[in-house]
Amino acid sequence: MSNQKVPLIQAEHVVKHFPVKGGIIPRNVDSVKAVNDVSLEIYPGETFGLVGESGCGKSTLGNILLGLERPTGGKVLYNGTDVYRCGRAARKKLRQEIQVVFQDPYESLNPRMMVGELVAEGLNIRGGMSGEEKHRRVLDMLEQVGLNPEHYNRYPHEFSGGQRQRIGIARALIVEPKFIICDEPVSALDVSVQAQILNLLSGLQKKYHMTYLFIAHGLNVVKYLSDRIGVMYLGQLVEVADSQELFRSPRHPYTQALLRAIPDVDRVDGRLPETLSGDVPSPLALPEGCLFHPRCGQCTEKCKTVRPELRQVGSTLVRCHLCGGS
Amino acid sequence: MDRAPHLLELEHLTTCFRSDQGELPAVDDVSWYVDKGEIVAIVGESGSGKTVSCLSILNLASQDGSAAISGSIRLEGRELVGLSPAELQKVRGKEIGMIFQEPMTSLNPVFTVGGQIDETLRAHTDLTRAERKKRIIELLELVGIPEAARRAKCYPHELSGGMKQRVMIAMALSCSPKILIADEPTTALDVTIQAQVLNLLRQLRDRLGMSIIIVTHDLGVVANFAERVIVMYAGCIVEQGSTRAVLKNPRHWYTKGLLASIPRLSAQKGVELTVIPGNVPDISEMPAGCRFCTRCGHAQPLCREQRPPMTELGGGHGAACWACAAGEGEAHE
Repeated sequence: MSNQKVPLIQAEHVVKHFPVKGGIIPRNVDSVKAVNDVSLEIYPGETFGLVGESGCGKSTLGNILLGLERPTGGKVLYNGTDVYRCGRAARKKLRQEIQVVFQDPYESLNPRMMVGELVAEGLNIRGGMSGEEKHRRVLDMLEQVGLNPEHYNRYPHEFSGGQRQRIGIARALIVEPKFIICDEPVSALDVSVQAQILNLLSGLQKKYHMTYLFIAHGLNVVKYLSDRIGVMYLGQLVEVADSQELFRSPRHPYTQALLRAIPDVDRVDGRLPETLSGDVPSPLALPEGCLFHPRCGQCTEKCKTVRPELRQVGSTLVRCHLCGGS
Repeated sequence: MDRAPHLLELEHLTTCFRSDQGELPAVDDVSWYVDKGEIVAIVGESGSGKTVSCLSILNLASQDGSAAISGSIRLEGRELVGLSPAELQKVRGKEIGMIFQEPMTSLNPVFTVGGQIDETLRAHTDLTRAERKKRIIELLELVGIPEAARRAKCYPHELSGGMKQRVMIAMALSCSPKILIADEPTTALDVTIQAQVLNLLRQLRDRLGMSIIIVTHDLGVVANFAERVIVMYAGCIVEQGSTRAVLKNPRHWYTKGLLASIPRLSAQKGVELTVIPGNVPDISEMPAGCRFCTRCGHAQPLCREQRPPMTELGGGHGAACWACAAGEGEAHE
């Protein structure tokens, strides 16, 4: 479908291992295998959702795409430029084009800075703008995210969680980015406020034609915003599919289990969500073969020994030996 | 009203916190009950008073006595408000068990999990050391912890989040309480682990016949897990009834708004979500009438002046809304 399109951001075989130090003389004794060989492409104007349980490496992958965390292996291309092997000028430009909205609006805003200063920070770094022009731009941005001009001179503690997240969004948008990474932007918010922020993000995207990477563990939230969704498990993408398709016919056993585990508001027949047994294995010692096999109900001998590759099945990409290999 | 007494009954419970601005009611005149073997959910957003009303039952709402509880809380007909700390101590843990949101921070990191369960058993039972040891392993097995004997010797950091929550449940169940209060027991857990814990709680209820009060903000959990639901907003109960009645036929505008604002799995991408405008009012500036009137699109002058009474809508379903009191907003299922 999107074969002719040029991806905006591209991750190629990205690996990230964090060293674990130990011993009397600290040295690397082991490593946390946070991201294990992830390749993905995100196209201009689309929203790519990334879901998975805690510790699956989705935030680490986000940080790598953002240019914050140098991968141990593989590369990240933004519009053809290698994010980790480019000159200062190119990197400065990237920093403006790629922005991030963090999870915790309570901890991501400097409590000593006024809202106006917080939002203007990006413009200050970019430079080349008069104070008056900056002031005007900030006020305009505040209005865009649903805040009032009188909020300009207030401090973050005077705001509720939802409003703080609006400030966070204003901070990201002020430099007119093309690509925004939303790392669990609504998971700290109440349900009624969550809807406000989701509507805001969706509206702003349409208005400014931005590309989103939307990271979340709440599948309903991801589904609401995303065109395509990638499911992560233990640092690997196990399934990448069109959003509708993923929910209609999930292929990977993990995706299926994840979907069945979500409590459904519309189902009040007293049935509980189905369970997936066991816990996520430690990323220090990854299982042999398919990473999901210790918890998979359909596990075969091959799954225990051979690690599956991400393969095209129909319109989806899936990493499983058992999914219709024709 | 003159049926057999409920297992736990709260009447006109008000919990006020003393502050610079005077006494602020975090929970304002709520009445609800729990019957034997029932699973009741208390649902609401942060600051709605759902946790404070549960903590008030055990007089745990404040450590320094800055919370003033008035009204009545009766456990099997016995009044709990006004009990001496020593008497309440016997109720806590023994008759009412409680588990908290963060299993990571609720366990003491420097003691083994077995030792922490032992503490409860020593406080509330006369079992010998050997009997207690056996009981600890039984409890850990009951909550589905594999290799219970070995895990009893583990420290909390050696266990995953889901396992820690199971340990918390084992601890709360150690004296076979009549009621288990679970305050957001799955909020810090992943969905697949959440499903495990909910299934475990349901099985334990079926096997042990205890009642469960679950505090949550997740309406999905309410829908699938609870039999009855109490919806709280800004310290008051706005709607209550069977889960089916409340979720399928909500009558209070807040409940309706809350249900509409959840992104559904069945929803199409990009279709704008229905939103409840504004924020929960600050506790020090609550509106005089219905507390939801500042955010309600259907507020009338009466709503701003007088607190709406809980209107009985049949089958135990009730809503505190003037529109219901006037017989408007009929069923539209």
